[in-house]
Amino acid sequence: MTEAWTPSPREVERRAVRRRRRWLGTLGATALVLLAFTVVAVAVTSSPGWPRVRETFFNGEHARESFPAIADGFWLNVQLFTICEVLILALALSVALARTARSPWLAPLRVVAVVYTDLFRGIPTILLVLMFGFGMPALQLQGLPNSGFFWAGVALVASYGAYVAEVFRAGIDSIHPSQITSAQALGLGRGQTMRHIVLPQAVRRVVPPLLNDFISLQKDTALVSAVAVFDGVYAARDYTAYHFNYTPFTVAAVFFVVLTVPLTRFADWLQRRSMERERAGAL
Amino acid sequence: MPNPGSGEPVLRVRGLRKSYGDKVVLDDVDLDVARHDVICLIGSSGSGKSTLLRCLNLLEVVDDGVIELDGQEISDPRVDVRAVRSRMGMVFQAYNLFPHLTVLDNCTLAPRKVHGRSRRDAEARARELLERFGLADKADAHPDRLSGGQQQRVALVRALCPDPEVLLLDEITAALDPELVGEVLTIVGDLARAGTTMLLATHEMAFAREVATKVCFLDGGRVLEQGPPAEIFAAPREERTRQFLRRVLPA
Repeated sequence: MTEAWTPSPREVERRAVRRRRRWLGTLGATALVLLAFTVVAVAVTSSPGWPRVRETFFNGEHARESFPAIADGFWLNVQLFTICEVLILALALSVALARTARSPWLAPLRVVAVVYTDLFRGIPTILLVLMFGFGMPALQLQGLPNSGFFWAGVALVASYGAYVAEVFRAGIDSIHPSQITSAQALGLGRGQTMRHIVLPQAVRRVVPPLLNDFISLQKDTALVSAVAVFDGVYAARDYTAYHFNYTPFTVAAVFFVVLTVPLTRFADWLQRRSMERERAGAL
Repeated sequence: MPNPGSGEPVLRVRGLRKSYGDKVVLDDVDLDVARHDVICLIGSSGSGKSTLLRCLNLLEVVDDGVIELDGQEISDPRVDVRAVRSRMGMVFQAYNLFPHLTVLDNCTLAPRKVHGRSRRDAEARARELLERFGLADKADAHPDRLSGGQQQRVALVRALCPDPEVLLLDEITAALDPELVGEVLTIVGDLARAGTTMLLATHEMAFAREVATKVCFLDGGRVLEQGPPAEIFAAPREERTRQFLRRVLPA
């Protein structure tokens, strides 16, 4: 089959039709999007209170003035997020493993894991931050930092650890029993089966929901402002308290969006890729 | 018995080409399926049998060539794909039943949602077919309660419920225990004798010899040879066909 193939006239015509349809589709979609945005923009800007809102939320001068303080504070959010993310992954994986453990010796661990997830998933994160942030330093524990930053971080790890543990557990449970059977048939122990067979597949499967939780965590780092940690949101609130203008809130919001959008796109891309891979397997 | 191979073709394929990247899977394939024809596609794995069936059902976009259903070109991008598919039935190698639906719901889904039949009519028709295929007592079970052979028979009923003009069967016994192959083939044989127009990819040579009105040997994405089973199996013209048959037929 070395002879070169040239598409028939019919095929060339079909391709033109497909191309035209794609092009029309793109055009239609673009027009619709523009129309939708225009309608929203007109509706908002023509509302009676718009000049007042623009002045209080979208004031250029206040934005410039509050920017450096918010940027400084936001750096704290980024640090907090990065540190917490690593700790959450470790904690959640341990809890998930403890919950799936079958050995009778590990029964107490399993109970602790169940109680932990039940308790910390049940309590609103904002309450955890308040309780840890104000309560723990008051204990005056030796050898542990007393800063609100530290304890608010602990609260986030505790809260998100419980969520992410359940994501891991769902991933572990989703691996088909036949995989475990065939690992056991090869003589692998329970631990080895988990380590080499179940976990690698489970983790791959739960990456998209994990990223979803981390996008959520990025935003929830703003909760630490409740215990007077000088993060981006607290800096914005500080500014508004002195100048009676809410523009800094908008500035802080933009900071968060700029941080989360790339991760959201990455999560979308990963999800699509894993879907395509699964579909290729089904063919 | 209806007279096979006469009149206008239901399906007419000319110069069909399909490639994945550099790999050409179907190369200049011509095929006619007349009403009441039972056409068996034979050939080794990777010869393009499954891809051909998938192209006919518009599950794949062809790279070139023309496919006509009752004289209407269905390889045209402007054609209503769902309308075309609703006129064909397809059964897959791995059954592909919907595990969250009962057998009856699997069978009545398309008649109700696509063909707009009432639940009562759809269920009556499904129960009648299930009964004919010996599955009357399984109507309310979920697919995972059934054996492979039973699941594949349900898949056949599901494909038949909307009364398709053509039935496309993609190696439907390949995933079954040898013991269970018979029960599925018996049904397909009955359908063939009842005049159902069928196009099937199969490795069951004895079956092809018995029920086919025409056998097509595919090799490297081309229809190398086609003709009545007596001719293909007894006196194949091509050397490749002879090689293939020597390997798959008991001496």
